[in-house]
Amino acid sequence: MGNFTVQSIKTHVSPVDTFKTTTFVMQLRTPLNKKTATERALLPAVLERGSFHFPSRQHIQGALEELYGAHFTADVVKKGEHHVMTFRMEVANEKFLTDTTPLTGRAIQLLASVLLYPLVENDSFSEQAVEEEKRSHRQKIASVYDDKMRYANMRLTEEMCRDEPYSVPVLGYEKELDSINGQSLYKAYKKLLKEAAFDFYVVGDVEEKNIKAFMNEYMLLKDNNPLPYKLETEKVAEEARIVKEKQDVQQGKLHIGYRTNVVFGDPDYFPLQVFNSLFGGSPHSKLFINVREKANLAYYAASRVESHKGLIIVLAGIDSGKFEEASEIIDKQLSEMQKGSFTEEDIDQTKAVLKNQILETIDVPRGRIELEYHGAIIGRDISAEDWIKAIDKVTKEDMLRAGENIIKDTTYFLHGEGGDK
Amino acid sequence: MEQLVFEQLNEELYSEKLENGLTVFILPKAGFNKTYATFTAEYGSIDNQFTPIGQNEGVKVPDGIAHFLEHKMFEHEEGDVFQDFSKQGASANAFTSFTRTAYLFSSTSNVYKNIETLLNFVQHPYFTEETVEKEKGIIEQEISMYEDNPDWQNFFGLLDALYHNHPVKTDIAGTAESIAEITKDDLYTCYNTFYHPGNMTLFIVGNVEAEPMMEFVKENQQQKKFKEASNPSRYFDEEPKQAAKKSKLIPMPVKVGKCLVGIKEAAPHRQGKELLHHELSVQLLLELMFGQSSENYQVLFSEGLIDESFSFDYTAEKGFGFSVIGGDSSDPKALAERIEDMIHSFIDAPFPVAAFERIRKKKIGFFLRALNSPEYIANQFTRYYFNEMHLFDVIPVLEELTEESLKETLHAHFDTKNQLASCIIIPEEPNS
Repeated sequence: MGNFTVQSIKTHVSPVDTFKTTTFVMQLRTPLNKKTATERALLPAVLERGSFHFPSRQHIQGALEELYGAHFTADVVKKGEHHVMTFRMEVANEKFLTDTTPLTGRAIQLLASVLLYPLVENDSFSEQAVEEEKRSHRQKIASVYDDKMRYANMRLTEEMCRDEPYSVPVLGYEKELDSINGQSLYKAYKKLLKEAAFDFYVVGDVEEKNIKAFMNEYMLLKDNNPLPYKLETEKVAEEARIVKEKQDVQQGKLHIGYRTNVVFGDPDYFPLQVFNSLFGGSPHSKLFINVREKANLAYYAASRVESHKGLIIVLAGIDSGKFEEASEIIDKQLSEMQKGSFTEEDIDQTKAVLKNQILETIDVPRGRIELEYHGAIIGRDISAEDWIKAIDKVTKEDMLRAGENIIKDTTYFLHGEGGDK
Repeated sequence: MEQLVFEQLNEELYSEKLENGLTVFILPKAGFNKTYATFTAEYGSIDNQFTPIGQNEGVKVPDGIAHFLEHKMFEHEEGDVFQDFSKQGASANAFTSFTRTAYLFSSTSNVYKNIETLLNFVQHPYFTEETVEKEKGIIEQEISMYEDNPDWQNFFGLLDALYHNHPVKTDIAGTAESIAEITKDDLYTCYNTFYHPGNMTLFIVGNVEAEPMMEFVKENQQQKKFKEASNPSRYFDEEPKQAAKKSKLIPMPVKVGKCLVGIKEAAPHRQGKELLHHELSVQLLLELMFGQSSENYQVLFSEGLIDESFSFDYTAEKGFGFSVIGGDSSDPKALAERIEDMIHSFIDAPFPVAAFERIRKKKIGFFLRALNSPEYIANQFTRYYFNEMHLFDVIPVLEELTEESLKETLHAHFDTKNQLASCIIIPEEPNS
């Protein structure tokens, strides 16, 4: 992989000939913040409404179609308390087309146009475009309520991290949308370009020197000056709290948040991953076997690590009347694991599953980029090979050390009839 | 072993039909870590009336049984097959669709061992009354999960509006009541009828060498005994050509309404190249009418009737097919009307020739992108194969399409008077 910096954009090029397309990903990272979350969540949609060179959505979409259906998406995600805006483009490699127009340069040009040359008049985005996107965004926020797994996940985070930036929902807040207009949003955009840390990834059958040349020609980011920041990650779990909410649902959603005090980059991070995978991250996990296969309480029962915030989140879809039963089994599985009641065979099996997951992840261009970006966030180069080596080295002792500090914080239960006894 | 070379795509496909009837495809992919394999029975949720193998009289089995059977296959005498795969560093899964049941794994090591596990567990049924009863709790939870999912309810609501009798309108997992009736004997009946190697296809794609892998599969199959292959005979009730009802309204406790407009395929018996041609043509027409670069998309967005969730698709199989258009909407009824109007106007307006060329390019690019994905290749290839089509014909067929051929499809498929139906989810007032 080749790394170089163009303007202040850290550029990472992986020339591989496995794929029939070339993938470009631009990541803009800032600290997550209640004040800026809503405008930043809205921004990608407004930028996709037109640029100086392609002055409407139809123009942009038409240009993408001309580029053999180049796929372009832009959105915002939370990675712990980092707020990351992502622009992705995937374009066919002209080798596989009868028409051999070079597409790589044109793709970078289009991406640069949308990102750096927005359609602006008098220091303002088009009011009409902003109003239409606000309406659409408002609907998107409202519809989170209709997807019960997402809703429960959002509610757990809101309750558990209520005094921390992590509680900010990724789409922002409905009421904040009212005060946004073309001018204020453009200001937010300028500020973002100035403050964000930029990382650009290219994966495909490309040459590093060509990418460098295209970047120098098109990706003219000016006045970018990201300030380093450090996040608070240590937080002591409060006394385990239970929050129940009743709605008209057929299935209850049990989501439990734990503090681990281990984040990506810490020595215990990979031991924590192995611990979690055996606890609830795989089909041979304690949760899958005991909640689903033995007690037949759920179709899914799993756990995942929030790498940059140091949390483990358990999620299970259960009958509304089975809260106590399911909670007890989950608690027991964790405490048994913390006591060390698992075998060397369990560990080997878990490592094999995790390593397989990593190798599979890097078979997908976007997966490869996501994996490497974890390292970029903490300012280190960490390759997939490094991940695999680190997992191989994990011992039972390491897992117990990482697992010891897992403390239950908040239990959130969304339920229908029969769940509030 | 047959070998097919696709030069333009730089792909080589190997295939063989084994003595016991099993069809095997192998597609080596250099540079990939992973190998992905699917072992698929041509048997899905719609196959609920058939003559069991070795019998003369037809039976009707409970709704959701194909999916139930899929769940139960993972259990054997010593426990759970997921465990075996995960010890071998693989992740396994399965899914049931209207017409297929697929068992699959992906792994980056122990590929032969994992192939063996896949073949052996699917070819070794083990059901007891007790384990069948236990599974009902898990599947009831899966059904409840779908009951809370408004998109799923909207989709099956639409199919219920489109179809009078065809089992495609019934939820793949069945209902709590229908699965309660399932017995171990029912499962064996379905298994014996539809899981014969002659009714199954194995597709292996990824980091493998074709020849030794084919030998390995053959040896595995030669050790097992099967009855003589015979085509399972299935029955379907007569299905009228027209949509069953014009519209359906489902109140649900949601914040945002939803609308889906469907067009029922009037001639659902195409197979082979004819089907491929038809399917790609309808997809292309939908893109022209409602894609993000279309005028209609801009209008609907400006009118506040759609958001990013708006989408469309066309699928067809032996005996059924439909277009689906729609998404979240603050005024789903108005959206349904607008979509219908827009289809009308498109039929009457001059054909958009320039846009057609752009969209053709877009579909070619989409297909190349999809070929990065072993999952897409194996699943789609198998679906195409069951419908006598060939996945690698997609680009040549796209290149063959003309303005004239598209216009023909437009008039044949988009009959809004007889074939159109809509399903709407409206937010219901919460009980206080």
